[in-house]
Amino acid sequence: MIKNMLILLLLIPGFVFAVETAIPLDEMEPDLNDKASLQRGMKTFMNYCHACHSLKYQRYQRTADDLGIPHNLMMEHLVFDPSAQIGALMDNVLSDDTAKQWFGAAPPDLTLYTQLKGGPGYFYTYMRSFYEDPTRPFGVNNLLFENVGMPHVLLDLQGVQRKVCKDIPKLAANGGEVRDPLTGESVSEEKCGEELIERGYSPLGLVEGTGQLSLEEYDQVIYDLANFLYYTGDPSRQDRERIGIYVLLFLAFFYVFTHLLGREYSKEFH
Amino acid sequence: MSAAFKNFMDWIDARLPVTETFEKHMSKYYAPKNFNFWYFFGVLATVVLVSQLFTGIWLTMSYVPTAEGAFASVEYIMRDVDYGWMLRYMHSTGASAFFFVVYLHMFRGMAYGSYQKPRELIWLLGMLLFVALMAEGFFGYLLPWGNLAYWAGQVIVSLAGAIPFVGEDLAVWVRGDFNISGITLNRFFALHVVLLPLVLIVLVFLHILALHEVGSNNPDGVDIKKHLDEDGTPLDGIPFHPYYTIGHDLPAIVAFLFFFCIVMFFYPEGGGYLIERPNYEPANPLKTPELIVPVWYYTPFYSMLRAVTFPLFGVDAKFWGLVVMAGAIVIPAVLPWLDRSPVKSIRYKGLGSKIFLAVFIVAFFILGYLGTKHPTAERTLIAQICTAIYFGYFLLMPWYTQVEKTKPVPERVPS
Repeated sequence: MIKNMLILLLLIPGFVFAVETAIPLDEMEPDLNDKASLQRGMKTFMNYCHACHSLKYQRYQRTADDLGIPHNLMMEHLVFDPSAQIGALMDNVLSDDTAKQWFGAAPPDLTLYTQLKGGPGYFYTYMRSFYEDPTRPFGVNNLLFENVGMPHVLLDLQGVQRKVCKDIPKLAANGGEVRDPLTGESVSEEKCGEELIERGYSPLGLVEGTGQLSLEEYDQVIYDLANFLYYTGDPSRQDRERIGIYVLLFLAFFYVFTHLLGREYSKEFH
Repeated sequence: MSAAFKNFMDWIDARLPVTETFEKHMSKYYAPKNFNFWYFFGVLATVVLVSQLFTGIWLTMSYVPTAEGAFASVEYIMRDVDYGWMLRYMHSTGASAFFFVVYLHMFRGMAYGSYQKPRELIWLLGMLLFVALMAEGFFGYLLPWGNLAYWAGQVIVSLAGAIPFVGEDLAVWVRGDFNISGITLNRFFALHVVLLPLVLIVLVFLHILALHEVGSNNPDGVDIKKHLDEDGTPLDGIPFHPYYTIGHDLPAIVAFLFFFCIVMFFYPEGGGYLIERPNYEPANPLKTPELIVPVWYYTPFYSMLRAVTFPLFGVDAKFWGLVVMAGAIVIPAVLPWLDRSPVKSIRYKGLGSKIFLAVFIVAFFILGYLGTKHPTAERTLIAQICTAIYFGYFLLMPWYTQVEKTKPVPERVPS
């Protein structure tokens, strides 16, 4: 019977909705056990994002408890709304009308953003894909979200990225890398924009000395931020998976007994 | 049994036929002894129904059925209500599980000819249940007020608008507004939590009552009532309780719950198939999702709706799509009168029935898959072919069940 059920389980669609994105998403493996990362992510969020992006389905208290932040420290350092109490929802005061005047569109609430995008990968990629574009109102554009209304809020940290051309290995017609027949070294060619993306290279380059953080440090900031938003997307996730293990263990254990009992009954007529 | 308990039961039985009912439907209801794997899904559907009713009641305690409050109240349940996430995921996973077991339950009936005489009414009541379940799922799907649900609701209700002359007025009447709005949400809530659960419970009751009147079919399609012992009980039957309740169904229920809990605790979104990603933003009449498709359990029928791309008799293709979709949903109801085979079970039917059933199942899966995708010219063509196969299975049945050579059915249940 278990075998039959397993076969049936295979019938459940195993494939997932593939969402078309302008550029391939960068891998980002969230880690909810890394409390320090979540706390840093929240710090960045409250300081840089929360003025425009609310987290209106999530509460300060729940977040403080889940992230291991004492309530008094939370109120002192992370809650900037003087009227908010620890049990309040993490809403902000930017009205949609004002936001539309400023940015052309209201900044979305981010509580469920990673759920909406099917994981934190989209956000992680997006925050690392801003580049200089003087034709845009805020001087930046985004590879993943073209003509986005949002300014690059973390520009001071990351520094300026520009679309550049890069030397990448030349490909032969058969898809392999072309090598110099004499030296055996790989031959490179200069590619720009779309062609770089197609080959899996970022078409962006950082202008040295424009940001406060190194490349790795900035990636870590964005990782923490994405990790934090992954948490807010479904704050019960860890609880759920922990309880789920016990439930499954119980059911497996219980199954053995019901199966043995059932066998006793079926002996009587088979 | 203690004397006190016996006295108590005598007192009750003199006033309410508890023991008699229990015996008639459980301990002295004789079911064929050769039930197999496919006979789990009726009882599993009942388990899911009960689970949906209870989680639904508790969800209602915190849910706010207004356009302004619905989305936030679901997140309130997910975050602030103790174990609210569990109630919500049990209910959302339960909806998919319900259709999953019901489809398998229906397949069992089709394969073993359980709809044949004298079980036509069981089958018809079952078909009514299926339609009621589809309606229940549709109304409930809108309630969290997610954006995809909103637009899917918009598409499905606007189908009514394709009906000539009365269509537009009908769509407005259903919605109570010119668009899906808070008014629609309110009435869908009433239908989802009051009317349809009542209808489902009554139909389940009648479905089981009708079953117990004529007795269960079995994988061999043998009539066990033909061979009785001196007490008048079927020789190939065993009492439903305890042999099937505890001996057969209890382990199956536990096994089912195991797989259910894997999905519910670890993959509640089911890769975007059980809870779709665009439903993580609130309904927005100004923002159309990239791809509007229904949940997986409606996609075979949605595919057939979209497969009709040509107008006929001067009426819009959309209307004929609606006719085809509705026809696809109700056509299994007439199976008892389409099947002319002298045997019930696929085990003894001829090659024709076997091939038609197999091709039908494949076509149904393909339609289901296509219903989750953007239509392209090739996909539409495949959907049209599969739609033809779907209807062909039913409409050609009087022919192929009559001409094919069947195998002899044994007198008794083979052991």
